[in-house]
Amino acid sequence: MLADALTPFGYEFFRNGLLVSVLAGVVCGIVGVYVVLRGMSYIGHGLSHAVFGGAAAAAVININYFLGAGIWGVMSGLLIGRVARRRIIGADAAIGVVTTASFALGIVLFNKFGRARKSLDAVLFGDILGVNLGDVVAVVLVLILVVGVVVIGYRRLLFATFDPDVAAVSGVQVARVEAVLMTLLSLTVLVTMRVIGVLLISALLVIPATIARMLTNSFARMLVLSPIIGAATCFVGMNVSYHLDTSSGATIILSNALVFAVVFSVTGAQGRRRASGLDHGHGAPGLKAAT
Amino acid sequence: MSIVTSPLFQFTHASCSYGGPAVVEGVDLTVTDGEFVGIVGPSGSGKTTLLRAVTGSVKVNHGSLVVRPRLRIGYVPQVETVDWNFPVTVGEVVGMTRVGRRRWPKTTPVERDATAAVLDRLGLGGLAERHIRELSGGQQQRVFLARALIQEPDVLVLDEPTSGVDVRTRHEILHLLTELNEEGVAIVLTTHDLNGLAAHLPRIVCFNRTVIADGAPLAVLRPYFLERTYGAPMEVLEHGGMPVVLDQGLSAFGSKLVRESA
Repeated sequence: MLADALTPFGYEFFRNGLLVSVLAGVVCGIVGVYVVLRGMSYIGHGLSHAVFGGAAAAAVININYFLGAGIWGVMSGLLIGRVARRRIIGADAAIGVVTTASFALGIVLFNKFGRARKSLDAVLFGDILGVNLGDVVAVVLVLILVVGVVVIGYRRLLFATFDPDVAAVSGVQVARVEAVLMTLLSLTVLVTMRVIGVLLISALLVIPATIARMLTNSFARMLVLSPIIGAATCFVGMNVSYHLDTSSGATIILSNALVFAVVFSVTGAQGRRRASGLDHGHGAPGLKAAT
Repeated sequence: MSIVTSPLFQFTHASCSYGGPAVVEGVDLTVTDGEFVGIVGPSGSGKTTLLRAVTGSVKVNHGSLVVRPRLRIGYVPQVETVDWNFPVTVGEVVGMTRVGRRRWPKTTPVERDATAAVLDRLGLGGLAERHIRELSGGQQQRVFLARALIQEPDVLVLDEPTSGVDVRTRHEILHLLTELNEEGVAIVLTTHDLNGLAAHLPRIVCFNRTVIADGAPLAVLRPYFLERTYGAPMEVLEHGGMPVVLDQGLSAFGSKLVRESA
């Protein structure tokens, strides 16, 4: 039985996929804390769709995936952040327009110029067979960047997330902090998309952080718990995915959902009350707008 | 030779908006060192906007606002605007303001001592590890006051500090603010509470989109100014040398109820 469990570790593609997915769990777990506390879950979901358009365009004009999709994704992220901040139109409407248009463009480009339907499925649902050394390097670099920014900017990020108005009064460049977060979110989506898939990536941003929120009342502890949960569920999900011959992304998300259900049941009313505070609107930080 | 210092901030014919029509306009208001000022006015009159202009969150479109260079402002927002489910402890809330001093997330012994001292001062000693939702209304208000005080401000700006608190807590907050003011911290606050808070302050500004009246309570809390501020007739009595404001509409309604029950 143990031999069966260890079988996939004999394959290089599995080891690469497992490494990328576990690192993706850590990255998404860290970035996800800010995503759920700032009410940016919908932005994360939309951004993955926007990056898909960039990936398709990069494939069509035959440039490097990370370059094409990366530029597209970061630009989309900054645009969404700007629209949401300025409240020019409803933030959710703006996100819907920008990201679904980008997603639709991606599908049209794939239809028109794509070489095979398989590549479209791989982007949408994740495919560990497509993971190569470049993906490993990319996710490691983004992880280093995310950890570095979160450690060095810890207090600024926390202050701007909890209370942007007072943070600004206290000298925090709130707009810059938000731009940094949107950039990190875009890069996270970019490097984890191949394993998790466009349609499921927002779940990996949201579920581990929400589970962590149900387990603790401290921001610092949440920031430690969330990536651990993300990595553990990715590890389990990848192994189950191999043995059941199911989609890696879908199995990882189901692992997350299972842990969520267990924690939700075990923590009872306290956990539900903690998690209930995570529905404060799209793009809204910790403090609601003053009147 | 006397030393002349500039005001903490000075509005001159100032107007502010959020992109549309002016929310406040033609404001002339000066606050100097060590003052204790209460801004009173109805909901939606622009009191919060005025405070946000002082803190730099809202720009002045017309006229001018001159804020003393390097002025340290401690801002205490309305507690109703706080997300009480946000995962932060009392210590984390107070410590998050020290952004310029240290980049590393871990707090130093000096920072822990400073946090403990300000929490002790406000009667919150031993609560640093508590989640902010687990506190009483008065304690919650004091946490945000502690966060402002740890920055050693020249002026404390408080938006409705006694909103939603009981009488005892209101007394505690007023007592605390008076103590701080006596130590030299200027205080500017907004309030709806005319009798419980505003009447006890040395200076009141009646405000409704602009300054209606500005001065000591007995000079400002008068029916003429109050009606212009609130758009409703009010009666003012004097009790122990302090003005007591009565809402005429409510008084008439109360009298009618008493007559009917008799």
